[in-house]
Amino acid sequence: MKISVQREDFDLSLETRNLSKSEGVGAVASFVGIVRDVRMTLEHYPGMTENALRKIAEDAAARWKVMDCTVIHRHGELAPHDQIVLVAVASAHRADAFAACEFIMDYLKTQAPFWKKEHRADGAAWVEAKASDDDAAGRWEPPARKAS
Amino acid sequence: MKVKVLFFASLREQLGTAGEEIELPAGVATVAALRGHLARRGGPWEGALAEKKNVRAAVNQDMAKPGAPIRAGDEIAFFPPVTGG
Repeated sequence: MKISVQREDFDLSLETRNLSKSEGVGAVASFVGIVRDVRMTLEHYPGMTENALRKIAEDAAARWKVMDCTVIHRHGELAPHDQIVLVAVASAHRADAFAACEFIMDYLKTQAPFWKKEHRADGAAWVEAKASDDDAAGRWEPPARKAS
Repeated sequence: MKVKVLFFASLREQLGTAGEEIELPAGVATVAALRGHLARRGGPWEGALAEKKNVRAAVNQDMAKPGAPIRAGDEIAFFPPVTGG
């Protein structure tokens, strides 16, 4: 499992290739989030953010057959068309890979401590959280926890 | 007891600080009590941390509900709902 919160850009094909090396892998599903139309600054909570992403990925691995997964989220200054986030999941079959990938994105949106500040011509403003993101995360059953 | 308090994003800007070490009076033993304690400083503190404001919290880097207990040495963070992804 690879979790990274970084300023630098990432390379989807490199990350996918790394996940393809798992024993018995038959599918890698990935999602890449892109900055839509406005320059932004992404703030995070060093330490907690990485822990939250790891916990979400572990929840996904407890619910589906996940062989390996990679979550990379950028912080700092980003411009339109920049990549923001990558979630990629390796599994034996596509159903588990697709579902786990979508689950991780939905929970990342509501649970991982990141905050976007948009820089528009008329000034800078923090992005408000969307109720639709809570709805998206809420449609999954309560996250399963591995017994520990 | 002494705890570390952190603020992020819009909250950090409104309060003009990223955080501080703070000595808490007896009786301030939950996240909600700490929030109320800080809000009573008045001015921007009252505005940013008022009960009607949608503020989330974490204790020792784990999301925490208002009733979560806090102990000496804890790191308590307050921040707006998250907007990553």
